[in-house]
Amino acid sequence: MPKITINGKEIEFEKGMTVLQACELANVEIPRFCYHEKLSIAGNCRMCLVELEKSPKPIASCAMPAAEGMNIKTNTAFVEKARKGVMEFLLANHPLDCPVCDQGGECDLQDQSMYYGVDKSRFVENKRQVKEKYMGPLIKTQMTRCIHCTRCVRFATEVAGVPEIGAIGRGENMEITTYLEKAMESELSANVIDLCPVGALTSKPYAFEARPWELKKTESIDVMDAVGSNIRVDTYNWEVKRILPRLNNDINEEWISDKTRYSCDGLLKQRLDVPYIKKNNKLQKSSWDEVITVFAEKLKTISPNEIGGHIGDMVNLENALGFKKLFSLLKSDNLEFREKKFYVNSSEKTNYIFNSTIRGIEESDLILLVGTNPRHEATMVNARIRKAFAQRQVPIYSIGNPGDLTYNYNIIGDTTDDIKKILSHDSEFSKKIISSKKPIIIIGESALELKSGEYIIEGFKNFLKKNNFINKEWNALNFLPQNASTVGLLDLNILSKENEKKNTFFEKLNNSKFKLLYLLGSDNLDIKKNNEFVVYQGSHGDRGAEIADLILPSAAFTEQNGLYENLEGRVQECKKASYPIGESLEDWKIFNLILRKLGKNENILNFDLLRSEVLNLIPNFTELNELPKFKKEFAINNLSSNFISEKVNIKEIDYFFSNAISRASKTMSECRQIKYSLKKTGTSN
Amino acid sequence: MLKPENKIFKNLYNDLGWEIESALKRDDWKDTKNIISKGREWIINEVKTSELRGRGGAGFSTGLKWSFAPKEVGSRPHYLVINADESEPGTCKDRDILRFEPQKLIEGCLIAGYSVNAHVCYIYIRGEYFREGQRLQNAINQAYEKKYLGKNACGSGWDFDIHIHYGAGAYICGEETALLESIEGNKGQPRLKPPFPALVGLYGCPTIVNNVETIAVVPTILRRGGKWFASLGKPKNTGTKIFCISGNVNSPCNVEEEMGITLKELIEKHAGGVVGGWENLQAVIPGGSSMPLLPKKICDTITMDFDSLIENKSGLGTAGIVVINKDQDIVACMARIARFYKHESCGQCTPCREGAGWMWRILDRVVKRKATFNDIELLSDVTKQIEGHTICAFGEGSAWPVQGLLRHFRKEIESRCREEPLIKKKSNNPYLVDQHLLEKRNA
Repeated sequence: MPKITINGKEIEFEKGMTVLQACELANVEIPRFCYHEKLSIAGNCRMCLVELEKSPKPIASCAMPAAEGMNIKTNTAFVEKARKGVMEFLLANHPLDCPVCDQGGECDLQDQSMYYGVDKSRFVENKRQVKEKYMGPLIKTQMTRCIHCTRCVRFATEVAGVPEIGAIGRGENMEITTYLEKAMESELSANVIDLCPVGALTSKPYAFEARPWELKKTESIDVMDAVGSNIRVDTYNWEVKRILPRLNNDINEEWISDKTRYSCDGLLKQRLDVPYIKKNNKLQKSSWDEVITVFAEKLKTISPNEIGGHIGDMVNLENALGFKKLFSLLKSDNLEFREKKFYVNSSEKTNYIFNSTIRGIEESDLILLVGTNPRHEATMVNARIRKAFAQRQVPIYSIGNPGDLTYNYNIIGDTTDDIKKILSHDSEFSKKIISSKKPIIIIGESALELKSGEYIIEGFKNFLKKNNFINKEWNALNFLPQNASTVGLLDLNILSKENEKKNTFFEKLNNSKFKLLYLLGSDNLDIKKNNEFVVYQGSHGDRGAEIADLILPSAAFTEQNGLYENLEGRVQECKKASYPIGESLEDWKIFNLILRKLGKNENILNFDLLRSEVLNLIPNFTELNELPKFKKEFAINNLSSNFISEKVNIKEIDYFFSNAISRASKTMSECRQIKYSLKKTGTSN
Repeated sequence: MLKPENKIFKNLYNDLGWEIESALKRDDWKDTKNIISKGREWIINEVKTSELRGRGGAGFSTGLKWSFAPKEVGSRPHYLVINADESEPGTCKDRDILRFEPQKLIEGCLIAGYSVNAHVCYIYIRGEYFREGQRLQNAINQAYEKKYLGKNACGSGWDFDIHIHYGAGAYICGEETALLESIEGNKGQPRLKPPFPALVGLYGCPTIVNNVETIAVVPTILRRGGKWFASLGKPKNTGTKIFCISGNVNSPCNVEEEMGITLKELIEKHAGGVVGGWENLQAVIPGGSSMPLLPKKICDTITMDFDSLIENKSGLGTAGIVVINKDQDIVACMARIARFYKHESCGQCTPCREGAGWMWRILDRVVKRKATFNDIELLSDVTKQIEGHTICAFGEGSAWPVQGLLRHFRKEIESRCREEPLIKKKSNNPYLVDQHLLEKRNA
């Protein structure tokens, strides 16, 4: 490995590193504003200047490739002077309004001027004033504070794939703006707030809410989609003030979607804080004692196979297992968690997870989307696909038309016949797959909802298996679930074998065979209520609570500990950041109330035991936050020939309104309104 | 004094006509096929022998620059780009080449393109040179008609095409990498170097960027031999150069002269002398507005070539000589130049974006006699904080004229400054005390 000398210390570095990265290896801190690991190099802030021996000028370390034998100095008077000079220029036109700036306390400029700057300004001219720009309901702008690092511009163009932020004007008059001053049409837009090193772009919903040092920070997991983005939940007292991304290069890198970030104000609205009971066709406030008594009485009068249970999209694994145990005590196996009838095969774990892994997307050389819109179904997966597209020009194809995905792709058909052609080698595309080295086939729920759903996934599995694309090194078969709970609940065998094959739950539901329907945080299920007695247990007064006869208030995902399994089969822990609101309880505690009332004291649940049982039940489990491990060979299934020629319709999901929390969020409804008004008026407005 | 037979640009004043027929009479396109048939190595070596230095301002050896282009064409094509974005105040040499000697440029393009393996050449013309662009296009069309360009250009077996690209009037687009960005359709902002354009340039392909004058002299050098060119001028500062003399002279002009001619001779002989006589001279900007000025004392003896001007802490630049006599307010002149640089800074990197305006504002205060003595030190600091800290050479270009002023006319500036209005005693006040209250009490 080549060697470089930094401050007299010789270290080895990898080829292709910049001087700044080499300095980081040597534990030498280099101040910087424009440089960001995940973005291209701009080299325009000039804060990272270091001294290179034999060079008369200081060099910008972020842009200079490290070379063998370089002698870098960062602690000389020469460097200090250069840094001070640049800092003085940066502060020259930067307003000193830190006391009223939301970035205060987590501001790069503030921190670095403390270490590298001068305490007094010599700039006596009038400061530059820049008009505020409109950037949508999420981003608050105060462009006078901008130091023109162009991180936001690079993020929008490179990562988000919507080149809607740019710089206009020249010299002192350069301004960063969305050219037409409209909201950024991206699900990743709010990441520019984290990227902004100063207070020019701050969070609009969080404006003047709290100071960073007042907040309690909890490292947790997002449950808005199946990706399981790593987040940090910041709370002030019991209130969740904001959600920020946490670095995890395997999942979300440094970004999170706007829904993940801004649904949190939904945690304060529409909350169920006391038990409710329906009396005289009206929901009335009640007490735990009353509702549990009524519930237990009801349970005694109804025969077990007339009791149905549905588990919602954001339920953690411990609670789901508790729910399953409760149902087995009630002797009912009418459990379901799917919101629509889509085909699943839970016999093997590879059938229902994203086998290639999110990181694997970067290695692939061909991507085929089958009936899925990753942009809305799993935003962070889409960001990875875009990364592969932008960095390596990976060809991307789709069956069905998902609309704008922020990258170019070819639609190779929109019927199941096109899939059949590929699987039976009648299409040119089959050869393309076979000649590729690491293909990725992503099958969405929309495809599995079709009548030939089974044919599609089993067919692709056999096709890939035969061509040796499912082996220990690479597994090209991927299922893209939409809900955070899906993969975990499949692992816990929530679905009975009969239900899985024949969809008996939906049959019974649609034919009003249930006399009692127990909804566990389930709001997206399409129910036509007849005479069922509906018990809703959840955190939000949403679609489920609307039809309920009995409401059991429980904690939201930020208010209880729990495990979630993301689409790759990675088990991650969501941590308690706040407390259940009002009288609400964690779900498993509610099950205990019911069990006690039913007189089954010997079956009382215990959270720690539930967790260890969950971890034992999950097949191929290795450890928390790690990918599952597969030992045995994957079998080829016999393909039942239930092929039906039909159109692959990608169901559009209401992105900003996809679950109970985001539906309660004011910010999300603003975003949704803007999205639809943009669509309606087109360019006329 | 340059002998008439050694002049390269015989039609600098359009006495002979710009059309291709008259250009052919002046020996343009003579033996071009022969020259090309001698091969790349020979051409580059001959240019190296001539010690031709780039005429765009930096004075980098042209032969060396060409030799940086990869020897073999890889997966990417090579490009030749001609920088005709002549925006430096006080400079108008390329304009006359484009208008009156376009065939010299076009022939140079073919030879340079062949030597660096480029089949395509872009000429980036300053947007304001619209007529000149049209003239050049006509000249290119004439060359195409004569089969000097296009497939098998000039019978050499080399395919060569020239395209004209108009700029939109930004000074910074004359910087080679900003120019490439501009051709690609992006905002004209300089790129980070390394990688240098010779390896990663236009559309990521190896690109050689040369000034108009540099390319236009190449055919004559190759016809008459590198040794001939090297015999003119001074060692390491060889050949002839077009000087643009403007400002307070009796007859401003463009003139081709030998390098190393004295400044006094140049002004007296060719520009009719300084208005009000040589004694009335106050200062001269020797190389376009971005070079530090020289006071009369130095002007008396200085010779015009790269190295002797660098010795005197200035530079030849584009050889745009601006003469300033004693009737002018030198500080106001420099303030105007600073304002130009403030207006033309691209705004990409911090020191230049924030510093150029700051310098102008301080100088403006000096002109209006509102500055204090502290401002002089501050101004000097600001220029040093810009210099060498920027992505491109614009930082130096904006700081050097001000530094020149500070170096040679400090007394002039001081005479316009006054003391700080508030009496300040040096006292160690705690940091958070309201400074203005203390100052009031002291006053």
